Amino acid sequence: MSRVTRRHFLQATAAGLPALGLIGANRAADAQGAKALTIAYNVNLPSWDPTVGLSAVNPTIQSIYKSVFDQYIDQNPNLSFKPGLLTKWGWNDDKSKISVTLRNGAFWHDGTPVTPADVVWSLERAGDPKGGNPIQFVWGKIGNFKVDGMTVTADVKEFEPTLFKWMAFLTGYVLPKAAYEKAGAEGFEKRPIGSGPYMVEAFERNAFVRLKAFPKWWGGKPAFDSVVFKFVPDATSRVAEVESGSSDLTIEIPYEEFDRLKKKPGLEGTTTPVSDIAMIFITNIEPMLDRNVRLALHHAIDKKTIVNRLLRGYGVPIDTLEAPQYAAFDPSIKVGYDPKLAKALMAKSGFSPEKPVKFTIQTTRGFKPKDYEMIQAIVGMWRKVGAEANIEIYEIAKHFELRAQHKLAPAAFYNWGNSIGDPSTSTGFAMFGPSPHSAWKTPDLDAKIGPLWGEKDEAKRIAGYKAGDRYIAEEGYVIPLFQYVQPITYRKGLKVVPHVANYILPQSITPA
Amino acid sequence: MPLGYIGKRLAMAIPTLFGVAVVVFVLLRVVPGDPIAMMLPPGARADDIERLRALYGLNHPIVEQFGRWLLDLVTGNFGTSISLHQGVFGLIMSRLPATLELALAALVVATAAGVLFGVAAAYWRGRWPEVAVDALTGLGMAIPDFLWALLLVLALGVLLPVLPISGRIDPRTEISFVTEFYLAESFVRGEFAVAGSLLAHMVLPVAALALPLTAAISRILKGAINEAMSQDYILMARVKGFSKARIVWREALRNALVPAVTLSGVQFTFLIGGTVLVERIFGYPGIGNMAIGAVIDRDLPLIQGIVLIFAVLFIVVNLLVDMTYVAINPRIRHG
Repeated sequence: MSRVTRRHFLQATAAGLPALGLIGANRAADAQGAKALTIAYNVNLPSWDPTVGLSAVNPTIQSIYKSVFDQYIDQNPNLSFKPGLLTKWGWNDDKSKISVTLRNGAFWHDGTPVTPADVVWSLERAGDPKGGNPIQFVWGKIGNFKVDGMTVTADVKEFEPTLFKWMAFLTGYVLPKAAYEKAGAEGFEKRPIGSGPYMVEAFERNAFVRLKAFPKWWGGKPAFDSVVFKFVPDATSRVAEVESGSSDLTIEIPYEEFDRLKKKPGLEGTTTPVSDIAMIFITNIEPMLDRNVRLALHHAIDKKTIVNRLLRGYGVPIDTLEAPQYAAFDPSIKVGYDPKLAKALMAKSGFSPEKPVKFTIQTTRGFKPKDYEMIQAIVGMWRKVGAEANIEIYEIAKHFELRAQHKLAPAAFYNWGNSIGDPSTSTGFAMFGPSPHSAWKTPDLDAKIGPLWGEKDEAKRIAGYKAGDRYIAEEGYVIPLFQYVQPITYRKGLKVVPHVANYILPQSITPA
Repeated sequence: MPLGYIGKRLAMAIPTLFGVAVVVFVLLRVVPGDPIAMMLPPGARADDIERLRALYGLNHPIVEQFGRWLLDLVTGNFGTSISLHQGVFGLIMSRLPATLELALAALVVATAAGVLFGVAAAYWRGRWPEVAVDALTGLGMAIPDFLWALLLVLALGVLLPVLPISGRIDPRTEISFVTEFYLAESFVRGEFAVAGSLLAHMVLPVAALALPLTAAISRILKGAINEAMSQDYILMARVKGFSKARIVWREALRNALVPAVTLSGVQFTFLIGGTVLVERIFGYPGIGNMAIGAVIDRDLPLIQGIVLIFAVLFIVVNLLVDMTYVAINPRIRHG
């Protein structure tokens, strides 16, 4: 039996220590290499298939998918649409058919060309009810595909006005038919192949993904040859990553830390309002069936003070579920902070600070920046006008469960993302009664939103949603609070263009 | 230790594991959070919800779901992860080695440091080294591992940035591992630079995990040595003229080690549990990090699989501790 002698120990130590020193010395160099970019990212990547399962509808990991895969249609940083793999798309005159044209010169990472057959296969797979695509309810509305050169046409089985917007949204990715069928689902997870700006070079689940620039990408070779997404779920660790120089860029850090870091030499910061809003769901149960109470609760909230005091000014107060960058944003719809009016409305229904209306408000704690503190502040504002709200903390998973069962408390805090900025994916899904995501379910509102789902006249559809938003504000069916702002911290020497859809796309980051 | 005893212990593990399976299965169905509700697309309709439930086998009555799961387990099928779309057993086996390497390293460090501190405190009883060790071990036990982790990130990751603060290996390392035991494999293959990278990434999480355990071992050992030093055989050694160092290291320590080893074994299982938060803070790709993700996503098959594998691990470690205990304690071996 061999024994570990003192000599063995010293030899092993001698071998290990220089290696440790080498690694320590290389850390800063790794993060700051001219052709390499390291991003401390806030979430793990669960799966490489961007079209199936829970991860496919997780907005926070779309940045990684968009680095490796191409979407049918792409988006500019201001949410406007631009060609992706498709250069043309549209309906025929009576909107019974669609036609899309695939760009020439697009290649998969294995070197084979992207073909219309890949587009057809991807759309058919997405529309298959047994395929596991969570957005199947959209993709299943087209079928009977035909290919003519680089153009694909399809019959519209059920008109979906946002079909092309979904092509730039969740699960709207083109995957390689031949490579996927050859590898199978599990094989594809191990060796994903896309047609996007970066190829997957190494993937360590729960740790990092290392990407390599794809020289044949139709959009031109990206500025950075190598990109690493480090998965660092803990915010303190992300701050440490960028502060120590181990990473070049990070997101989703506390605003206090963002303000501190951007003043440090060698670091910069940028912010942009993103397609994510804070809101309070109102459920159509007592005491919220009283219009005076609903409106009073909305008028009693000083959103500007909440943003300035709790979020250090990083937020944009809103009065509807449409942020200013969204298609149906109407700046003329105002609710306004008016505690006197709130008190008067409460009095009309027989409530006062001495005789308050009582109910429960649910909120997460730590899921979004200062969520619990914000609700505490709001409850304080409500108390002054005659409402006594009991705060109940729940996990986000519980929120989803309760919302799907229509069992949320009378008031429930949530955040709503909508990176394509369409009103159907904000007001529509959040307020239409039959949607599993709505909390307010009444026929009057459904009568206004319902006809818009199949509206073929786009201008009329947008106008309809604006009217719906005005009605919701007048009736107090929801309390929109503010639009979130994403802080991005990065080392000096980088040029970072913030994206309203909250994407961090390495292909759009360049040396300054 | 007779093989019959080992066989008996392993046989007793079966009802234990069954109990764990029942508890975890029932608890996961009782606690809030519906995985299907979490993945509901914005425009989902009732039939979409039912389709998703059927896809993941959640449309059957709970008893039937449990029966199906149990039958699958017997055939080695742990199910498919809802969030990761891969076999649960394969996923766990791909992450478990990282956690085992971390926990084992923490155990080795904690045991070595704990023994050194414990012996030092006993050797210099009543003098400043004992006071210093007592103060340090008090601090070590008072601060939990996850807080040590955050303090270490700030101290050695930011203020004095000499060590990596996230991950298991430098992402730019060009190597393809055959096994998931990266550290062991890199040493076996003579890839010392890679081993260095792995060790550098382990220093902070290992320190965070080891500090509280070091303190506990040190305290237990100091007490045990002090007790041993009052025994007759130590008096005999003194009469024979043995040096103090020899008496402490060779005579007293051997007997005093028994409770310390027992503690180390028991603590090893807690160490694995402790990796959950520590792995999260350091972005370390082990089973603990995966467990948190599974809980957040309400990935029922993956949570069930992780808990079962943890239970198996606890049983095996406890058996190994008992065997070690017998090996180092002659009274039990010959009793």
